[in-house]
Amino acid sequence: MSDIPDSSTVPTKTVDGVHYHQHDVVIVGAGGAGMRAAIQAGPGASTAVISKLYPTRSHTGAAQGGMAAALANVEEDNWEWHTFDTVKGGDYLVDQDAAEILAKEAITAVLELENMGLPFNRTPEGKIDQRRFGGHTAEHGKNPVRRACYAADRTGHMILQTLYQNCVKLGINFFNEFYVLDLIMGEVDGQKRPAGVVAYELATGELHVFQGKAVIFATGGFGKIYKTTSNAHTLTGDGVGIIWRKGLPLEDMEFFQFHPTGLAGLGILLSEAARGEGAILRNSEGERFMERYAPTIKDLAPRDIVARCMRTEIREGRGAGPNKDYLYLDITHLSPEVIDAKLPDITEFARTYLGVEPYTEPVPVLPTAHYAMGGIPTNVKAEVLQDNDTVVPGLYAAGECACVSVHGSNRLGTNSLLDINVFGKRAGDNAVAYVQTADFVPLPDDAAEFVQGLIHQVSTATGTERISTLRRELQESMDTNAQVFRTAETLNQVTEVIGDLRERYKNISVQDKGKRFNTDLLEAIELGFLLDLAEVVIYSALSREESRGGHFREDFPKRDDEKWLVHTMAYLTGDAHSADAGDHIKLSTKPVVITNYQPMERKY
Amino acid sequence: MSTVLEERPAAADAIQKFTATLMIRRFDPDVDTEPRWQEFSVEMLPTDRVLDALHQIKWEQDGSLTFRRSCAHGVCGSDAMRINGRNRLACKTLMKDLDIEKPVYVEAIKGLPLEKDLVVNMEPFFASFREVQPFLQASSKPDKERLQSVEQRARFDDTTKCILCAACTSSCPVFWTDGQYFGPAAIVNAHRFIFDSRDEASEVRLDILNDKEGVWRCRTTFNCTEACPRGIQVTQAIAEVKAAVLRGRP
Repeated sequence: MSDIPDSSTVPTKTVDGVHYHQHDVVIVGAGGAGMRAAIQAGPGASTAVISKLYPTRSHTGAAQGGMAAALANVEEDNWEWHTFDTVKGGDYLVDQDAAEILAKEAITAVLELENMGLPFNRTPEGKIDQRRFGGHTAEHGKNPVRRACYAADRTGHMILQTLYQNCVKLGINFFNEFYVLDLIMGEVDGQKRPAGVVAYELATGELHVFQGKAVIFATGGFGKIYKTTSNAHTLTGDGVGIIWRKGLPLEDMEFFQFHPTGLAGLGILLSEAARGEGAILRNSEGERFMERYAPTIKDLAPRDIVARCMRTEIREGRGAGPNKDYLYLDITHLSPEVIDAKLPDITEFARTYLGVEPYTEPVPVLPTAHYAMGGIPTNVKAEVLQDNDTVVPGLYAAGECACVSVHGSNRLGTNSLLDINVFGKRAGDNAVAYVQTADFVPLPDDAAEFVQGLIHQVSTATGTERISTLRRELQESMDTNAQVFRTAETLNQVTEVIGDLRERYKNISVQDKGKRFNTDLLEAIELGFLLDLAEVVIYSALSREESRGGHFREDFPKRDDEKWLVHTMAYLTGDAHSADAGDHIKLSTKPVVITNYQPMERKY
Repeated sequence: MSTVLEERPAAADAIQKFTATLMIRRFDPDVDTEPRWQEFSVEMLPTDRVLDALHQIKWEQDGSLTFRRSCAHGVCGSDAMRINGRNRLACKTLMKDLDIEKPVYVEAIKGLPLEKDLVVNMEPFFASFREVQPFLQASSKPDKERLQSVEQRARFDDTTKCILCAACTSSCPVFWTDGQYFGPAAIVNAHRFIFDSRDEASEVRLDILNDKEGVWRCRTTFNCTEACPRGIQVTQAIAEVKAAVLRGRP
């Protein structure tokens, strides 16, 4: 039996209503990266996982198509091809040392998951089956290769469940529905180090301080800065926002991925696995338009390219439907048996939410905000960077919240389920090694003061502005002005909107005045993070006067390697709430690590 | 979210909005001694989800309305609730599939302690899940993957779909009257491992479920199967576990 020991979920002390806990390793977030880290850390160190949600609600569970690894179970493949595809897919902004680790360790990562119990689909020989996915090729782009290991179209669900099951097996301590709102930093010998985090317990409204020798951020993305998104309501970038507010940098925030095939109008994802299994994108004329743009791999071109081609088709009048404003994903030529075996969930989404029968009708789709390539900069040990070269010892980040950078300016499908496993594991391993010799950093007496102030300020708000209205205005402006195509003009419009929303945020109304399960309060705080992060995205996007991967500037439509083959590093240098972003954001650059692959023109 | 749907570029554009009445069972633990029903009116499209209606209320009428939700498309399992007396996910229940001439009744799932409005304490549910040892137990340490045939993998496919939303367990009359009963979801998750060819601990789990609070409490009312938003044949899975208990092996 694996009863979770009660002793370690009980606070060590309670002072002035604030509960104190002490663990060697404190993990923030219980999605794939957080739980993979916990599986490494749990057996070797006292570990706590703090999550805004129950672990099985995390958005890793919504990932569908697969996890890349060059197992070569069904056809010739190797990790070097995978590395190259990742670098090229990211439009050469990928740090190549990190991509090599990702591709090499992918093989072990998949086998470990299988050994933990993950029910992968199988080949006739009983091995893990593999399928095609966008941008994954044999022999450096020659033809698509079957590299994605999968479990129907619910691979993320299986990964999340398997990791949770193994956390249960190991008796990992979870603090569910605890919302981390602050990172406490200290100094040791003049060096910045984490001392712990402060969390708001949703059930009671009480605060908990978790002192930890090592702190791992695995808080996921922030897709809710957009309106049409595949992301969950809860993906508001709190972890990334906390790091930002601490004055630590964020990297490559201008690169946001738009997944080509969201259900039109809803953003609910239809996996790229559909195209991996043979689905075809068609315009209003029924034309397979990707043949024109990517003659070699067609519908399996990387997501940034496919999303731009779709927008171009619509702009040029070949959109489908009464308003010519969407395209079709066509799987009608696949047999119902294949669809049911390999794509059961996404076909059910089309039936449930659009009333379309994918056996016989093409499904209306549009690009949907999906994934942040940028985030908290780390090295390949998952250690968080405080500038281009210096780490914060004891502080780690992994998964979508982090930027290693293995995805560069555009992530390949199936590389994110891989990322959380490879770098989640590394974060856990390195944190355990670190806590063997490190001491706890003393907590300040007023450790919870900042969060107490924040909660007080928001919960006593008696203004007139509705949170939902402000959030919608932000999301709509981001959709209109900072989606697949951007210009300085459109980006400046969002800047103005954010400035206006910041002013109005001072006058918000929070109606729920209770302490228990106050999700009204939660949404107000989340909006604060969304505003901060949207501003960094826009400010970084304005600065990058070129087009690369997921960032396409129509006013600078060419890639400019001479000037822009560099990562963007953004720092908060002043009052985050001052009207002009230029007054509080400083940008600099960080070199891209290039090992084997010199930048080339990106053709598919 | 209704604003998103207004822009849905599908045929739904042509369909008119309508006013729906929601009766929501409210409970504020700081104030109420008993839950109370409260009526709300919302402007909806037929293709809107019940979750959209709840959001519209929370975002435009009463910010204190409390419910859990995350993914909003039926994969995270946060928003199981009783809708017109039936356990469903609010994000997978479309307004057009309900009788909107009448009020739509929404309340928390039953059998778990009510915390606030539509939120219940999930801990007893997850405790039952943990008790069936829901993790692979295999002694071999292969260098590569363990081999499993397509047929062996298919044997337990249905029960791998569980999202632990508790819709099944909290629809079970036995669970309502006897909170000690493992409940359908825990048995489903035991099934997922009992019939996995790679697992070596089936006998242990069968022993656990042969307990007086185990599979024999099931009265095959099929509520769980009807409630499952993932379409898992829950009652059948329980029957298969019962048969395995009698055999003493999977």
